[in-house]
Amino acid sequence: MPPAFVEFLQFLLSGITSGAIYALVGLGFALIYNASHVINFAQGEFVMLGGMLTWALTSAGLDLPLAIGGAVAITVLVGMALEKLAIEPARDANVVTLIIITIGAGIFLRGVVSVTLGKDFHPLPSFSGDDPISILGATIMPQSLWVLGVSALVVIALQGFFSYTLLGKSILATSHNRMAAKLMGINVGFVLVLSFGLSALLGAMAGILIAPITATNFEVGIILGLKGFAAAILGGLGNGLGAIVGGLTLGIIESLGAGYVSSDYKDAIAFVVILAVLFFMPSGLFGRRGTERV
Amino acid sequence: MAHNVRPSGYSKFAKKQTYTRRMSTRKSRAQMLLSERGGGMASLLLVILVLPLFLANDYHYDVAVNIGINAIVVVGLNLLIGYAGQISLGHAGFFGLGAYTSAVLTAHYGLHGLLALPIGALGVGVLAYAIARPVLRLSGHYLAMATLGVGLIINIIISREAWLTGGPDGMYVPLLEVFGTEVYGGPMWYWIVAATLLLAVWLSLNLIDSPVGRALRGLHGSEVAAQVAGVDTTRYKVMVFVISAVMAAVAGSLAAHFSEFVTPAKADFSHSILFVTMVVLGGMASTFGAVVGAAVLTLLPQFLADFADYEHVILGLIMMTVMIFMPKGLVPTLAALARRGARRTAR
Amino acid sequence: MTTPLKTGLMLAGLAIAALGLTVSAPGAARAEDDPIRVGSFLAVTGPASFLGDPELKTLEMYIERINQAGGLNGRMLDLVHYDTAGDANKARTFVKRLLEDDEVDVILGGSTTGTTMAVIPLVERAEVPFISFAGGVSIIDPVKPWVFKTPHTDRMACEKIFEDMRGRGIVRVALISGTGGFGKSMRGECMTVAPRFDIEVVADETYGPGDTDMVAQLTKIKNAEGVEAVVNAGFGQGPAIVTKNFAQLGFEVPLYQSHGVASKKYIELAGDAAEGVRLPAAALLVAEKLPAGDPQRPIVVGYKTSYEAVYGDGSVSTFGGHALDGLMLYKTAVEAAGSAEPAAVRDALESIRGFMGTAGEVTMSADDHLGLGLSAFRMLEIRDGDWTLVD
Repeated sequence: MPPAFVEFLQFLLSGITSGAIYALVGLGFALIYNASHVINFAQGEFVMLGGMLTWALTSAGLDLPLAIGGAVAITVLVGMALEKLAIEPARDANVVTLIIITIGAGIFLRGVVSVTLGKDFHPLPSFSGDDPISILGATIMPQSLWVLGVSALVVIALQGFFSYTLLGKSILATSHNRMAAKLMGINVGFVLVLSFGLSALLGAMAGILIAPITATNFEVGIILGLKGFAAAILGGLGNGLGAIVGGLTLGIIESLGAGYVSSDYKDAIAFVVILAVLFFMPSGLFGRRGTERV
Repeated sequence: MAHNVRPSGYSKFAKKQTYTRRMSTRKSRAQMLLSERGGGMASLLLVILVLPLFLANDYHYDVAVNIGINAIVVVGLNLLIGYAGQISLGHAGFFGLGAYTSAVLTAHYGLHGLLALPIGALGVGVLAYAIARPVLRLSGHYLAMATLGVGLIINIIISREAWLTGGPDGMYVPLLEVFGTEVYGGPMWYWIVAATLLLAVWLSLNLIDSPVGRALRGLHGSEVAAQVAGVDTTRYKVMVFVISAVMAAVAGSLAAHFSEFVTPAKADFSHSILFVTMVVLGGMASTFGAVVGAAVLTLLPQFLADFADYEHVILGLIMMTVMIFMPKGLVPTLAALARRGARRTAR
Repeated sequence: MTTPLKTGLMLAGLAIAALGLTVSAPGAARAEDDPIRVGSFLAVTGPASFLGDPELKTLEMYIERINQAGGLNGRMLDLVHYDTAGDANKARTFVKRLLEDDEVDVILGGSTTGTTMAVIPLVERAEVPFISFAGGVSIIDPVKPWVFKTPHTDRMACEKIFEDMRGRGIVRVALISGTGGFGKSMRGECMTVAPRFDIEVVADETYGPGDTDMVAQLTKIKNAEGVEAVVNAGFGQGPAIVTKNFAQLGFEVPLYQSHGVASKKYIELAGDAAEGVRLPAAALLVAEKLPAGDPQRPIVVGYKTSYEAVYGDGSVSTFGGHALDGLMLYKTAVEAAGSAEPAAVRDALESIRGFMGTAGEVTMSADDHLGLGLSAFRMLEIRDGDWTLVD
């Protein structure tokens, strides 16, 4: 293999590693948006909760699988509670007001975790060891494959869920027209709680999968949340596949930018690309062109 | 009538109520506006004049000045969010750009502070104008993302170009000099910032009551409807975007000279979020709400500092509860309560 | 039509009431047996929380101890602390509060160089002694009359690393640094001192806060011509990720970390990948491995044992040590001056000779407000998941 190609491949794999993480976080944004048209800025905190709770439960003596189950369950409950206690009562509020509520929820959750579990960084063990896998001279860590694999599975599962189950269809219906969904006998309140729960589940899984790569602490969700939001927007809101493509694109732009242009400006390059995409496609890569109801 | 204490009505009910009340009072619209605007300005002026009696030391002045600086940004941002209905998660970028223009021009190039400030404001105005059209074509969360991106890019440039800006650790800014005297200390800054704030509020109230303001309110209600009615919506949106960016830049310049030190944190994402939170918490589409929002969220951390570890838990809870129980914000909600109370006593 | 005016007045009243709450009664004249007020502002939350957190814990723990032992010159110590989250603007407001409202006798703190630099004009004007726990050399160079600091500077870290490299015959190095204040500042210092050691910097990459993967930057470094060693300047989880990516790419040259990762946490986060990594750090990390006759041994072993008794094995970091040094320097100065009067304490701080702290032996002077030599830095290598002394 020519060295320039190996180098390119390595940049690509590096981009996919971060991109898969952004994608998984972005998917959580897309899911909640799909059901409720709310952008949940506390999505990053679900990611943080997944990682931190798994660490807390394992250090309390639980086996890793059990700790993972526990952490996911608690995070899902937190997500549902967030919907029930904070989003539902403010249902008729303005979009910006809802954004502020979720930001407040994020600050609150970070505060609670820092008080109860401390401010230190914690690692989780990799699922299948730390021996890099070589692909044509470039390398990738097995944990990154886990992130990629789970993201792919989640997209397929969600696709199936939304297309073939009554519950999934209810969520879609609620997203399109809440009133009509209600008239059709869909329990809209339940659907919304469920979508937050599902999204928290995705966030927690993301947090657990990436903790072996990046380590976790109470503030890890801030930047991941931001990148996930960017991924969801780039892909087009409310579109699961879009979030995945958006996340991977974001990761790859960052890594190619760092590799070929300037590592100092890789984040700026990524945002310039996002702005450029939005300029030509105001609803992201896969978003539907929205029409305003008058 | 009292549209500055009540967001432009979404619900038909609110509109009808306004209408009936307007019929029942036999004053001309102009008179009402005058008294309302005058009333609001008068009470703000009163607060500004009385407040120093309660400011015991430089720390109190520091908090008061910070409230004023934030309020200038928030009054401008409220025009954009509250009246034009356009969100911006990047205004700290403009604030930071204003701050750093003043810092760099005065520290490195020896320019007079009073000259650097308008240069910063003008520069930010031009930048805002240049990006406004492509950015404001977007709506909702896409607009949020785009403005967020603009703010982040500004922040990244500021923190990377260390040769100019001192990088993430920041840089010193010379004191501002007015008529040969260096502006230093709480009281002097208090009056400068107070005067600027009054000017910003006055400009904002005038803009709202102008034809532009009416067009904007139409925009907030329904952009399509406004377009159908023949309003050049893009032009107005761009205009308000530029005005709010310039206000942020001016506040940034003042902040830089006031604190004698700038760091890229002035331009970062969380600072942008803070500004938006001030708008929403105080009350969207309420200029005085903007001032109150700035005051509350600048004071709050000072109170919460005593709770040490629980600071963020409490801050998050307060943000959530206020927004859940007063989704229209503090000032409009409290004003409605006061009105209801007044009516009951009158009866 | 009085409603808006009434509303306005009501709000005005509220605002005044709210502000009024912050106004405390003007401080009465301080008696000699009143507590000494120690002010502190640290980054207990935010990206630099792993600096501020152990610093605050250490201050609280040792102030409690001093008070239990009868205080300082018979006066109790009263700690007033505010969390800056690493934000320079917050730091300024809180330091004004410490100076004006809390009327403190000394300020200990400032976890980061940015927050420290932002408040220097304030403490200089107020003429209150200020001991910073931040790394930047710009804090004490040039010397400011009222400002002191306890940690080694980032310039010294570069010098120590380059000195070690010269010993191993390394001349061509690559830098990878975080874009935060610490990484940026140390990168600059390394660039400046490199020529003095005949070190050539052949690659210079950075990574952002919260980045999850640094393989792209390291790939570039790996493909750069003739790199003989890599230096990583940064703190937090970034260096741990760099270390893991470094191992993933199969580098065959040594990796040097900075004093920014000087806690067991780094080894825990980086895991096996940390084997063989070298870094300059204070003796605190290898407390028990110091020879029995080392004059620093009792100090560092004592601090390590006390801290870990409360916060668990391996929890000690050099960052908390900086706070301890700051507090103890102040204690020494007050005892020497015989009072907590700011000007006397400042003079006493400046004339401290041979003070033994966790960072090393401190000898202050009118033109050195740090007082540490390069010898106080130890070069450590990570072997079998633990620190070992190289020299």
